[in-house]
Amino acid sequence: MRDVAFWVLAVVAVAGGVAVFRVGSMARATFALLGSLVAVGLALLLLGLEYLGYVIILMMVMEMLVMAVFMVMYMMNPAGLMPMRMTHNARWAASVAGAVFVLLATGTFLLPEPVRHGRPPADPTRALGLAIMGPKMLVMMIIGVAILATMVSSVVLSVNRRHPGRGC
Amino acid sequence: MGEALVLLGAVGTLALCAAVFDAVLAVPGGGAGEPLRRVARLLLQQRRRTRLADTLLVRTGVCGLLAVAVLAGAVLPLGERPVAEMAVGVVWFNAMEVGAWGALWLVGWGVNSVYPLVGGYRFVAQGLAYELPHMFALITVALGAGSLRFADVVAAQRGLWFAVWMPVAFAVYLVSAVAMAFWGPMDGPVSDDICGGVPAELSGPDRLVFQAGRYALLVVVAAAAVPLFLGGGAGPLLPPWLWTALKTVAVLALLVWSGRVLPTVRMDLFTRLSWLVLIPATLLQLLVVSVVVL
Amino acid sequence: MGLHAFLLLACALFSVGLYGVLSQQSIVMLMMGLELMINGLLAAAGAFWYHVAPASADGQVLVLVAVTVMALEMVMGFAVTTAIFRAREIDMTDEAEDLRG
Repeated sequence: MRDVAFWVLAVVAVAGGVAVFRVGSMARATFALLGSLVAVGLALLLLGLEYLGYVIILMMVMEMLVMAVFMVMYMMNPAGLMPMRMTHNARWAASVAGAVFVLLATGTFLLPEPVRHGRPPADPTRALGLAIMGPKMLVMMIIGVAILATMVSSVVLSVNRRHPGRGC
Repeated sequence: MGEALVLLGAVGTLALCAAVFDAVLAVPGGGAGEPLRRVARLLLQQRRRTRLADTLLVRTGVCGLLAVAVLAGAVLPLGERPVAEMAVGVVWFNAMEVGAWGALWLVGWGVNSVYPLVGGYRFVAQGLAYELPHMFALITVALGAGSLRFADVVAAQRGLWFAVWMPVAFAVYLVSAVAMAFWGPMDGPVSDDICGGVPAELSGPDRLVFQAGRYALLVVVAAAAVPLFLGGGAGPLLPPWLWTALKTVAVLALLVWSGRVLPTVRMDLFTRLSWLVLIPATLLQLLVVSVVVL
Repeated sequence: MGLHAFLLLACALFSVGLYGVLSQQSIVMLMMGLELMINGLLAAAGAFWYHVAPASADGQVLVLVAVTVMALEMVMGFAVTTAIFRAREIDMTDEAEDLRG
Protein backbone atom coordinates (compact mmCIF):
# COMPACT_ATOMS: atom_id res chain seq x y z
CA MET A 1 0.00 0.00 0.00
CA ARG A 2 2.71 2.46 1.05
CA ASP A 3 4.84 1.27 -1.86
CA VAL A 4 2.05 1.96 -4.34
CA ALA A 5 1.49 5.39 -2.80
CA PHE A 6 5.21 6.14 -3.02
CA TRP A 7 5.52 5.17 -6.69
CA VAL A 8 2.41 7.13 -7.63
CA LEU A 9 3.81 10.20 -5.85
CA ALA A 10 7.23 9.66 -7.45
CA VAL A 11 5.73 9.51 -10.94
CA VAL A 12 3.64 12.62 -10.24
CA ALA A 13 6.71 14.46 -8.93
CA VAL A 14 8.88 13.65 -11.94
CA ALA A 15 6.08 14.15 -14.47
CA GLY A 16 5.33 17.55 -12.94
CA GLY A 17 9.01 18.43 -13.15
CA VAL A 18 9.17 17.46 -16.81
CA ALA A 19 5.93 19.32 -17.54
CA VAL A 20 7.47 22.56 -16.22
CA PHE A 21 9.73 22.74 -19.30
CA ARG A 22 7.24 21.30 -21.78
CA VAL A 23 4.12 23.42 -21.38
CA GLY A 24 3.77 26.80 -23.05
CA SER A 25 1.72 28.62 -20.45
CA MET A 26 3.64 30.04 -17.52
CA ALA A 27 0.67 29.52 -15.21
CA ARG A 28 0.65 25.84 -16.11
CA ALA A 29 4.42 25.59 -15.67
CA THR A 30 4.22 27.14 -12.19
CA PHE A 31 1.45 24.84 -11.09
CA ALA A 32 3.20 21.79 -12.59
CA LEU A 33 6.18 22.68 -10.41
CA LEU A 34 3.82 23.09 -7.46
CA GLY A 35 2.44 19.61 -8.17
CA SER A 36 5.96 18.20 -8.15
CA LEU A 37 6.83 19.92 -4.86
CA VAL A 38 3.58 18.86 -3.18
CA ALA A 39 4.15 15.25 -4.30
CA VAL A 40 7.56 15.26 -2.59
CA GLY A 41 5.96 16.80 0.51
CA LEU A 42 3.41 13.98 0.56
CA ALA A 43 6.15 11.39 0.01
CA LEU A 44 7.84 12.66 3.19
CA LEU A 45 4.59 11.84 5.04
CA LEU A 46 5.20 8.19 4.13
CA LEU A 47 8.44 8.45 6.13
CA GLY A 48 6.54 9.72 9.16
CA LEU A 49 7.72 13.31 8.70
CA GLU A 50 4.27 14.82 9.16
CA TYR A 51 5.34 18.29 10.20
CA LEU A 52 7.95 18.74 7.47
CA GLY A 53 5.57 17.38 4.82
CA TYR A 54 2.87 19.90 5.68
CA VAL A 55 5.36 22.74 6.03
CA ILE A 56 6.65 21.97 2.53
CA ILE A 57 3.10 22.05 1.13
CA LEU A 58 2.32 25.28 3.01
CA MET A 59 5.48 27.09 1.95
CA MET A 60 5.48 25.88 -1.63
CA VAL A 61 1.89 26.95 -2.32
CA MET A 62 2.75 30.46 -1.15
CA GLU A 63 6.08 30.46 -2.96
CA MET A 64 4.62 29.28 -6.26
CA LEU A 65 1.90 31.94 -6.12
CA VAL A 66 4.57 34.61 -5.74
CA MET A 67 6.50 32.94 -8.53
CA ALA A 68 3.43 32.98 -10.79
CA VAL A 69 3.13 36.74 -10.27
CA PHE A 70 6.75 37.29 -11.34
CA MET A 71 6.49 34.83 -14.22
CA VAL A 72 3.57 36.71 -15.69
CA MET A 73 5.40 39.99 -15.04
CA TYR A 74 8.63 39.15 -16.79
CA MET A 75 7.87 36.58 -19.50
CA MET A 76 7.11 37.98 -22.92
CA ASN A 77 4.58 35.21 -23.66
CA PRO A 78 3.09 34.27 -20.28
CA ALA A 79 -0.06 32.56 -21.52
CA GLY A 80 1.76 30.52 -24.16
CA LEU A 81 -0.67 31.68 -26.84
CA MET A 82 2.14 32.26 -29.36
CA PRO A 83 4.36 29.21 -29.75
CA MET A 84 7.97 30.23 -29.23
CA ARG A 85 11.16 28.64 -28.05
CA MET A 86 12.89 30.00 -24.98
CA THR A 87 15.79 27.59 -24.76
CA HIS A 88 19.43 27.53 -25.74
CA ASN A 89 21.58 24.43 -26.23
CA ALA A 90 18.57 22.25 -25.47
CA ARG A 91 20.11 19.10 -26.91
CA TRP A 92 23.41 19.58 -25.09
CA ALA A 93 21.56 20.32 -21.85
CA ALA A 94 19.41 17.21 -22.27
CA SER A 95 22.42 14.98 -22.79
CA VAL A 96 24.26 16.45 -19.79
CA ALA A 97 21.16 16.00 -17.62
CA GLY A 98 20.70 12.45 -18.91
CA ALA A 99 24.35 11.60 -18.22
CA VAL A 100 24.11 13.04 -14.72
CA PHE A 101 20.98 10.99 -14.08
CA VAL A 102 22.63 7.76 -15.26
CA LEU A 103 25.71 8.51 -13.16
CA LEU A 104 23.76 9.34 -10.00
CA ALA A 105 21.34 6.43 -10.42
CA THR A 106 24.20 3.97 -10.96
CA GLY A 107 25.92 5.31 -7.90
CA THR A 108 22.72 4.91 -5.94
CA PHE A 109 22.34 1.27 -6.86
CA LEU A 110 26.02 0.43 -6.29
CA LEU A 111 25.59 1.76 -2.77
CA PRO A 112 25.27 -1.03 -0.20
CA GLU A 113 22.13 -0.98 1.93
CA PRO A 114 23.21 1.25 4.83
CA VAL A 115 23.12 0.19 8.45
CA ARG A 116 20.33 1.91 10.31
CA HIS A 117 21.33 3.62 13.54
CA GLY A 118 18.45 3.71 16.01
CA ARG A 119 14.74 3.94 15.35
CA PRO A 120 12.55 6.90 14.49
CA PRO A 121 11.33 8.69 17.63
CA ALA A 122 7.66 8.47 18.55
CA ASP A 123 7.20 12.13 17.69
CA PRO A 124 9.69 13.32 15.04
CA THR A 125 8.28 16.85 15.27
CA ARG A 126 9.26 17.05 18.93
CA ALA A 127 12.72 15.66 18.12
CA LEU A 128 13.15 18.33 15.44
CA GLY A 129 12.05 21.09 17.80
CA LEU A 130 14.43 19.94 20.53
CA ALA A 131 17.27 19.68 17.99
CA ILE A 132 16.90 23.19 16.57
CA MET A 133 16.50 24.69 20.01
CA GLY A 134 19.42 22.68 21.39
CA PRO A 135 22.39 21.13 19.58
CA LYS A 136 21.42 22.56 16.15
CA MET A 137 20.72 26.08 17.32
CA LEU A 138 23.72 27.46 15.46
CA VAL A 139 22.18 26.27 12.17
CA MET A 140 18.96 28.11 12.89
CA MET A 141 20.83 31.25 13.95
CA ILE A 142 22.76 31.26 10.70
CA ILE A 143 19.52 30.75 8.78
CA GLY A 144 18.02 33.68 10.66
CA VAL A 145 20.92 35.94 9.71
CA ALA A 146 20.73 34.69 6.11
CA ILE A 147 17.03 35.55 5.98
CA LEU A 148 17.72 39.03 7.31
CA ALA A 149 20.54 39.56 4.80
CA THR A 150 18.27 38.36 1.99
CA MET A 151 15.50 40.71 3.04
CA VAL A 152 17.81 43.69 3.15
CA SER A 153 19.61 42.92 -0.09
CA SER A 154 16.43 42.12 -2.04
CA VAL A 155 14.95 45.46 -1.00
CA VAL A 156 18.18 47.24 -1.95
CA LEU A 157 18.25 45.50 -5.33
CA SER A 158 14.65 46.02 -6.25
CA VAL A 159 14.03 49.54 -4.98
CA ASN A 160 13.60 52.08 -7.75
CA ARG A 161 16.48 54.57 -7.70
CA ARG A 162 15.23 56.70 -10.55
CA HIS A 163 11.88 57.34 -8.89
CA PRO A 164 12.43 56.91 -5.16
CA GLY A 165 9.23 56.40 -3.22
CA ARG A 166 7.45 54.85 -6.14
CA GLY A 167 6.92 51.12 -6.20
CA CYS A 168 7.80 50.52 -9.80
CA MET B 1 -16.21 7.04 7.27
CA GLY B 2 -19.25 8.07 9.33
CA GLU B 3 -17.41 11.13 10.59
CA ALA B 4 -16.53 12.18 7.07
CA LEU B 5 -20.21 12.13 6.14
CA VAL B 6 -21.05 14.12 9.27
CA LEU B 7 -18.40 16.68 8.32
CA LEU B 8 -19.73 17.03 4.76
CA GLY B 9 -23.31 17.29 6.02
CA ALA B 10 -22.38 19.85 8.67
CA VAL B 11 -20.36 22.01 6.27
CA GLY B 12 -23.14 21.87 3.68
CA THR B 13 -25.88 22.75 6.14
CA LEU B 14 -23.94 25.58 7.76
CA ALA B 15 -22.94 26.97 4.35
CA LEU B 16 -26.60 27.05 3.34
CA CYS B 17 -27.53 28.70 6.66
CA ALA B 18 -24.83 31.32 6.11
CA ALA B 19 -26.13 32.01 2.59
CA VAL B 20 -29.72 32.32 3.85
CA PHE B 21 -28.69 34.64 6.72
CA ASP B 22 -26.71 36.76 4.29
CA ALA B 23 -29.69 36.97 1.92
CA VAL B 24 -31.98 38.00 4.80
CA LEU B 25 -29.53 40.72 5.82
CA ALA B 26 -29.35 41.91 2.22
CA VAL B 27 -33.15 42.18 1.78
CA PRO B 28 -34.71 42.70 5.24
CA GLY B 29 -38.02 40.89 5.56
CA GLY B 30 -37.64 38.75 2.46
CA GLY B 31 -34.91 37.01 0.55
CA ALA B 32 -34.67 33.89 2.72
CA GLY B 33 -35.46 31.68 -0.27
CA GLU B 34 -33.04 33.49 -2.56
CA PRO B 35 -30.03 31.15 -2.08
CA LEU B 36 -32.04 28.07 -3.06
CA ARG B 37 -33.51 29.88 -6.06
CA ARG B 38 -30.00 30.89 -7.06
CA VAL B 39 -28.79 27.28 -6.79
CA ALA B 40 -31.62 26.09 -9.04
CA ARG B 41 -30.91 28.86 -11.53
CA LEU B 42 -27.19 28.08 -11.68
CA LEU B 43 -27.86 24.36 -12.13
CA LEU B 44 -29.97 25.01 -15.20
CA GLN B 45 -27.97 27.91 -16.61
CA GLN B 46 -26.08 27.41 -19.84
CA ARG B 47 -22.29 27.70 -19.64
CA ARG B 48 -20.85 30.92 -20.96
CA ARG B 49 -17.35 30.72 -22.39
CA THR B 50 -14.58 33.25 -22.78
CA ARG B 51 -12.12 33.25 -25.67
CA LEU B 52 -8.95 31.19 -25.21
CA ALA B 53 -9.77 30.32 -21.61
CA ASP B 54 -7.52 27.78 -19.90
CA THR B 55 -10.33 25.43 -18.94
CA LEU B 56 -8.07 22.96 -17.12
CA LEU B 57 -6.77 25.66 -14.78
CA VAL B 58 -10.23 27.15 -14.20
CA ARG B 59 -11.72 23.77 -13.29
CA THR B 60 -8.74 23.03 -11.01
CA GLY B 61 -9.26 26.34 -9.23
CA VAL B 62 -13.04 26.05 -8.93
CA CYS B 63 -12.95 22.50 -7.55
CA GLY B 64 -9.79 23.21 -5.55
CA LEU B 65 -11.46 25.94 -3.49
CA LEU B 66 -14.15 23.55 -2.27
CA ALA B 67 -11.62 20.75 -1.79
CA VAL B 68 -9.20 22.72 0.39
CA ALA B 69 -12.08 24.00 2.53
CA VAL B 70 -13.32 20.47 3.26
CA LEU B 71 -9.77 19.11 3.76
CA ALA B 72 -8.99 21.89 6.22
CA GLY B 73 -12.15 20.96 8.09
CA ALA B 74 -11.03 17.33 8.37
CA VAL B 75 -8.87 18.05 11.45
CA LEU B 76 -11.52 20.02 13.37
CA PRO B 77 -13.10 18.09 16.26
CA LEU B 78 -16.79 17.47 15.60
CA GLY B 79 -17.70 17.32 19.26
CA GLU B 80 -15.26 14.68 20.46
CA ARG B 81 -13.14 13.54 17.53
CA PRO B 82 -12.16 14.94 14.13
CA VAL B 83 -12.36 13.04 10.83
CA ALA B 84 -8.58 12.74 10.75
CA GLU B 85 -6.67 12.81 14.04
CA MET B 86 -3.29 14.42 13.33
CA ALA B 87 -0.38 15.19 15.62
CA VAL B 88 0.23 18.43 13.71
CA GLY B 89 -3.38 19.29 12.88
CA VAL B 90 -2.84 23.05 13.21
CA VAL B 91 -0.14 22.95 10.50
CA TRP B 92 -2.37 20.85 8.26
CA PHE B 93 -5.21 23.33 8.70
CA ASN B 94 -2.91 26.21 7.75
CA ALA B 95 -1.42 24.35 4.76
CA MET B 96 -4.85 23.52 3.34
CA GLU B 97 -6.34 26.98 3.69
CA VAL B 98 -3.36 28.49 1.83
CA GLY B 99 -4.60 26.40 -1.10
CA ALA B 100 -7.33 29.03 -1.48
CA TRP B 101 -4.65 31.40 -2.84
CA GLY B 102 -3.88 28.98 -5.62
CA ALA B 103 -7.55 28.32 -6.35
CA LEU B 104 -8.47 31.99 -6.66
CA TRP B 105 -5.46 32.94 -8.72
CA LEU B 106 -6.05 30.00 -11.08
CA VAL B 107 -9.67 30.98 -11.68
CA GLY B 108 -8.76 34.63 -12.12
CA TRP B 109 -5.98 33.82 -14.56
CA GLY B 110 -7.60 30.93 -16.41
CA VAL B 111 -10.78 32.60 -17.64
CA ASN B 112 -8.72 35.09 -19.68
CA SER B 113 -10.65 38.19 -18.72
CA VAL B 114 -9.56 41.46 -17.14
CA TYR B 115 -11.63 41.77 -13.97
CA PRO B 116 -11.18 38.21 -12.75
CA LEU B 117 -7.43 38.65 -13.24
CA VAL B 118 -7.47 41.84 -11.15
CA GLY B 119 -9.41 39.95 -8.49
CA GLY B 120 -6.92 37.08 -8.51
CA TYR B 121 -3.98 39.45 -8.01
CA ARG B 122 -5.86 41.26 -5.27
CA PHE B 123 -6.26 38.00 -3.41
CA VAL B 124 -2.55 37.21 -3.64
CA ALA B 125 -1.82 40.68 -2.20
CA GLN B 126 -4.41 40.14 0.49
CA GLY B 127 -2.96 36.73 1.25
CA LEU B 128 0.54 38.16 1.71
CA ALA B 129 -0.98 40.67 4.13
CA TYR B 130 -3.13 38.38 6.27
CA GLU B 131 -1.03 35.22 6.31
CA LEU B 132 1.72 36.29 8.72
CA PRO B 133 -0.59 37.66 11.44
CA HIS B 134 -2.73 34.55 10.95
CA MET B 135 0.25 32.24 11.40
CA PHE B 136 1.36 34.11 14.51
CA ALA B 137 -2.16 33.79 15.96
CA LEU B 138 -2.08 30.02 15.34
CA ILE B 139 1.44 29.77 16.81
CA THR B 140 0.24 31.61 19.91
CA VAL B 141 -2.52 29.04 20.39
CA ALA B 142 -0.12 26.15 19.83
CA LEU B 143 2.30 27.69 22.33
CA GLY B 144 -0.43 28.13 24.92
CA ALA B 145 -1.48 24.51 24.51
CA GLY B 146 2.06 23.15 24.10
CA SER B 147 0.88 21.09 21.14
CA LEU B 148 -0.10 21.30 17.49
CA ARG B 149 -2.88 18.74 17.94
CA PHE B 150 -6.42 20.13 18.00
CA ALA B 151 -7.49 17.71 20.75
CA ASP B 152 -4.69 18.98 23.02
CA VAL B 153 -5.58 22.58 22.23
CA VAL B 154 -9.16 21.92 23.33
CA ALA B 155 -7.98 20.08 26.45
CA ALA B 156 -5.70 22.99 27.39
CA GLN B 157 -8.72 25.32 27.54
CA ARG B 158 -10.53 23.34 30.23
CA GLY B 159 -9.84 26.07 32.79
CA LEU B 160 -9.92 29.24 30.73
CA TRP B 161 -10.78 29.82 27.07
CA PHE B 162 -7.92 31.07 24.94
CA ALA B 163 -10.22 33.81 23.67
CA VAL B 164 -10.14 35.28 27.18
CA TRP B 165 -6.44 35.29 27.89
CA MET B 166 -5.25 35.76 24.28
CA PRO B 167 -7.74 38.38 23.10
CA VAL B 168 -5.34 39.91 20.58
CA ALA B 169 -4.69 36.55 18.94
CA PHE B 170 -8.43 35.88 18.82
CA ALA B 171 -9.21 39.24 17.23
CA VAL B 172 -6.41 38.82 14.68
CA TYR B 173 -7.65 35.31 13.92
CA LEU B 174 -11.15 36.62 13.18
CA VAL B 175 -9.78 39.36 10.90
CA SER B 176 -7.58 36.89 9.05
CA ALA B 177 -10.44 34.38 8.84
CA VAL B 178 -12.58 36.97 7.09
CA ALA B 179 -9.69 37.85 4.78
CA MET B 180 -9.05 34.20 3.98
CA ALA B 181 -12.65 33.59 2.96
CA PHE B 182 -12.54 36.93 1.06
CA TRP B 183 -15.65 37.89 2.93
CA GLY B 184 -17.12 41.07 4.32
CA PRO B 185 -14.76 44.00 4.71
CA MET B 186 -12.04 41.98 2.98
CA ASP B 187 -14.01 41.09 -0.16
CA GLY B 188 -11.80 43.10 -2.50
CA PRO B 189 -11.11 40.07 -4.78
CA VAL B 190 -14.83 39.68 -5.52
CA SER B 191 -16.05 43.23 -4.96
CA ASP B 192 -18.43 45.22 -7.11
CA ASP B 193 -15.87 47.79 -8.27
CA ILE B 194 -14.35 45.09 -10.48
CA CYS B 195 -17.69 43.64 -11.63
CA GLY B 196 -17.65 40.75 -9.17
CA GLY B 197 -13.93 40.02 -9.57
CA VAL B 198 -12.68 36.46 -9.69
CA PRO B 199 -15.98 34.65 -10.46
CA ALA B 200 -17.18 37.34 -12.89
CA GLU B 201 -16.93 35.08 -15.94
CA LEU B 202 -18.05 31.86 -14.25
CA SER B 203 -21.52 30.61 -15.06
CA GLY B 204 -23.73 27.64 -14.41
CA PRO B 205 -22.30 24.74 -12.36
CA ASP B 206 -18.82 26.32 -12.28
CA ARG B 207 -20.19 29.36 -10.49
CA LEU B 208 -22.24 27.17 -8.17
CA VAL B 209 -19.21 25.13 -7.09
CA PHE B 210 -17.13 28.30 -6.66
CA GLN B 211 -19.76 29.91 -4.43
CA ALA B 212 -20.18 26.67 -2.48
CA GLY B 213 -16.42 26.61 -1.96
CA ARG B 214 -16.42 30.19 -0.71
CA TYR B 215 -19.19 29.51 1.81
CA ALA B 216 -17.55 26.23 2.85
CA LEU B 217 -14.29 28.10 3.49
CA LEU B 218 -16.14 30.68 5.59
CA VAL B 219 -17.83 27.91 7.58
CA VAL B 220 -14.55 26.05 8.16
CA VAL B 221 -12.58 29.10 9.30
CA ALA B 222 -15.47 30.01 11.63
CA ALA B 223 -15.63 26.45 12.93
CA ALA B 224 -11.86 26.43 13.57
CA ALA B 225 -12.23 29.39 15.94
CA VAL B 226 -14.20 27.08 18.28
CA PRO B 227 -11.47 24.53 19.13
CA LEU B 228 -8.73 27.15 18.82
CA PHE B 229 -10.15 29.88 21.05
CA LEU B 230 -13.61 29.02 22.42
CA GLY B 231 -12.96 25.81 24.34
CA GLY B 232 -14.20 23.36 21.70
CA GLY B 233 -17.15 21.28 22.85
CA ALA B 234 -16.84 22.25 26.51
CA GLY B 235 -19.98 23.57 28.17
CA PRO B 236 -22.59 22.72 30.79
CA LEU B 237 -25.56 20.35 30.30
CA LEU B 238 -25.49 19.95 26.53
CA PRO B 239 -23.36 17.30 24.74
CA PRO B 240 -20.06 18.42 23.16
CA TRP B 241 -21.24 18.18 19.56
CA LEU B 242 -24.15 20.51 20.28
CA TRP B 243 -21.89 23.04 22.01
CA THR B 244 -19.49 22.88 19.08
CA ALA B 245 -22.37 23.47 16.68
CA LEU B 246 -23.79 26.37 18.74
CA LYS B 247 -20.46 28.14 19.07
CA THR B 248 -19.73 27.63 15.35
CA VAL B 249 -23.10 29.13 14.42
CA ALA B 250 -22.42 32.11 16.70
CA VAL B 251 -19.01 32.83 15.13
CA LEU B 252 -20.40 32.27 11.63
CA ALA B 253 -23.29 34.65 12.26
CA LEU B 254 -20.85 37.28 13.51
CA LEU B 255 -18.71 36.97 10.38
CA VAL B 256 -21.68 37.05 7.98
CA TRP B 257 -23.16 40.05 9.79
CA SER B 258 -19.86 41.93 9.77
CA GLY B 259 -19.68 41.36 6.03
CA ARG B 260 -22.95 43.18 5.55
CA VAL B 261 -22.36 46.15 7.87
CA LEU B 262 -18.67 46.97 7.29
CA PRO B 263 -17.45 48.64 4.08
CA THR B 264 -14.82 46.97 1.91
CA VAL B 265 -11.30 47.82 3.06
CA ARG B 266 -8.87 49.01 0.41
CA MET B 267 -6.08 46.53 -0.16
CA ASP B 268 -3.15 48.90 0.40
CA LEU B 269 -4.70 50.14 3.66
CA PHE B 270 -5.20 46.57 4.86
CA THR B 271 -1.62 45.66 3.94
CA ARG B 272 -0.33 48.66 5.86
CA LEU B 273 -2.52 47.85 8.86
CA SER B 274 -1.47 44.23 8.74
CA TRP B 275 2.28 44.86 8.66
CA LEU B 276 2.41 47.85 10.96
CA VAL B 277 -0.24 46.95 13.54
CA LEU B 278 -1.37 43.32 13.38
CA ILE B 279 2.07 41.67 13.14
CA PRO B 280 3.61 43.64 16.05
CA ALA B 281 0.44 43.09 18.08
CA THR B 282 0.51 39.33 17.53
CA LEU B 283 4.23 39.23 18.34
CA LEU B 284 3.57 41.01 21.63
CA GLN B 285 0.74 38.58 22.33
CA LEU B 286 3.14 35.73 21.60
CA LEU B 287 5.64 37.22 24.05
CA VAL B 288 3.01 37.54 26.79
CA VAL B 289 1.83 33.96 26.28
CA SER B 290 5.41 32.65 26.28
CA VAL B 291 6.13 34.40 29.57
CA VAL B 292 2.93 33.04 31.13
CA VAL B 293 3.57 29.51 29.86
CA LEU B 294 7.15 29.57 31.16
CA MET C 1 9.93 2.22 -0.60
CA GLY C 2 13.50 1.66 0.44
CA LEU C 3 16.34 4.14 0.42
CA HIS C 4 17.16 3.27 -3.20
CA ALA C 5 13.68 4.12 -4.44
CA PHE C 6 13.78 7.53 -2.76
CA LEU C 7 17.27 8.26 -4.07
CA LEU C 8 16.14 7.30 -7.57
CA LEU C 9 13.32 9.84 -7.27
CA ALA C 10 15.82 12.41 -6.01
CA CYS C 11 18.19 11.70 -8.95
CA ALA C 12 15.35 12.06 -11.46
CA LEU C 13 14.18 15.38 -9.98
CA PHE C 14 17.74 16.69 -9.79
CA SER C 15 18.44 15.78 -13.43
CA VAL C 16 15.21 17.31 -14.74
CA GLY C 17 16.02 20.47 -12.80
CA LEU C 18 19.56 20.46 -14.19
CA TYR C 19 18.18 20.24 -17.71
CA GLY C 20 16.05 23.31 -16.98
CA VAL C 21 18.92 25.27 -15.51
CA LEU C 22 21.16 24.53 -18.48
CA SER C 23 18.62 24.99 -21.25
CA GLN C 24 16.28 27.82 -20.25
CA GLN C 25 16.96 31.35 -21.41
CA SER C 26 14.57 33.12 -19.12
CA ILE C 27 15.88 33.78 -15.62
CA VAL C 28 12.51 32.91 -14.11
CA MET C 29 12.37 29.52 -15.84
CA LEU C 30 15.96 28.91 -14.80
CA MET C 31 14.95 29.44 -11.19
CA MET C 32 12.22 26.85 -11.56
CA GLY C 33 14.95 24.41 -12.57
CA LEU C 34 16.88 25.30 -9.42
CA GLU C 35 13.76 24.72 -7.32
CA LEU C 36 13.39 21.27 -8.87
CA MET C 37 17.00 20.41 -8.04
CA ILE C 38 16.47 21.41 -4.40
CA ASN C 39 13.23 19.43 -4.47
CA GLY C 40 15.31 16.34 -5.21
CA LEU C 41 17.51 17.24 -2.26
CA LEU C 42 14.43 17.34 0.00
CA ALA C 43 13.44 13.80 -1.01
CA ALA C 44 17.00 12.53 -0.50
CA ALA C 45 17.42 14.20 2.90
CA GLY C 46 14.14 12.82 4.18
CA ALA C 47 15.04 9.31 3.00
CA PHE C 48 18.51 9.46 4.54
CA TRP C 49 17.01 10.54 7.85
CA TYR C 50 14.59 7.62 7.84
CA HIS C 51 16.89 4.90 6.60
CA VAL C 52 20.28 5.85 8.02
CA ALA C 53 20.01 7.86 11.23
CA PRO C 54 16.42 8.30 12.42
CA ALA C 55 17.50 8.59 16.03
CA SER C 56 19.14 12.00 15.51
CA ALA C 57 17.24 14.88 13.95
CA ASP C 58 20.05 15.89 11.55
CA GLY C 59 18.17 14.82 8.43
CA GLN C 60 15.10 16.77 9.47
CA VAL C 61 17.17 19.88 10.11
CA LEU C 62 18.66 19.48 6.63
CA VAL C 63 15.16 19.40 5.10
CA LEU C 64 14.27 22.56 7.03
CA VAL C 65 17.43 24.30 5.80
CA ALA C 66 16.73 23.23 2.20
CA VAL C 67 13.17 24.59 2.33
CA THR C 68 14.49 27.91 3.63
CA VAL C 69 17.17 27.99 0.96
CA MET C 70 14.48 27.53 -1.70
CA ALA C 71 12.62 30.57 -0.42
CA LEU C 72 15.79 32.68 -0.15
CA GLU C 73 16.96 31.64 -3.61
CA MET C 74 13.63 32.73 -5.06
CA VAL C 75 13.66 36.10 -3.30
CA MET C 76 17.19 36.90 -4.44
CA GLY C 77 16.47 35.64 -7.95
CA PHE C 78 13.48 37.90 -8.37
CA ALA C 79 15.29 40.86 -6.83
CA VAL C 80 18.13 40.43 -9.33
CA THR C 81 15.66 39.98 -12.18
CA THR C 82 13.84 43.14 -11.15
CA ALA C 83 17.07 45.11 -10.92
CA ILE C 84 18.37 43.88 -14.26
CA PHE C 85 14.99 44.40 -15.92
CA ARG C 86 14.80 47.94 -14.62
CA ALA C 87 18.31 48.70 -15.81
CA ARG C 88 17.96 47.36 -19.37
CA GLU C 89 14.51 45.83 -19.97
CA ILE C 90 15.72 42.26 -20.35
CA ASP C 91 14.97 39.05 -18.52
CA MET C 92 17.11 36.61 -20.50
CA THR C 93 20.46 35.20 -19.49
CA ASP C 94 21.86 35.46 -23.04
CA GLU C 95 21.28 39.19 -23.15
CA ALA C 96 23.16 39.71 -19.91
CA GLU C 97 26.26 37.97 -21.21
CA ASP C 98 28.44 41.06 -20.75
CA LEU C 99 28.04 40.61 -16.97
CA ARG C 100 30.40 37.63 -17.28
CA GLY C 101 33.75 37.66 -15.53
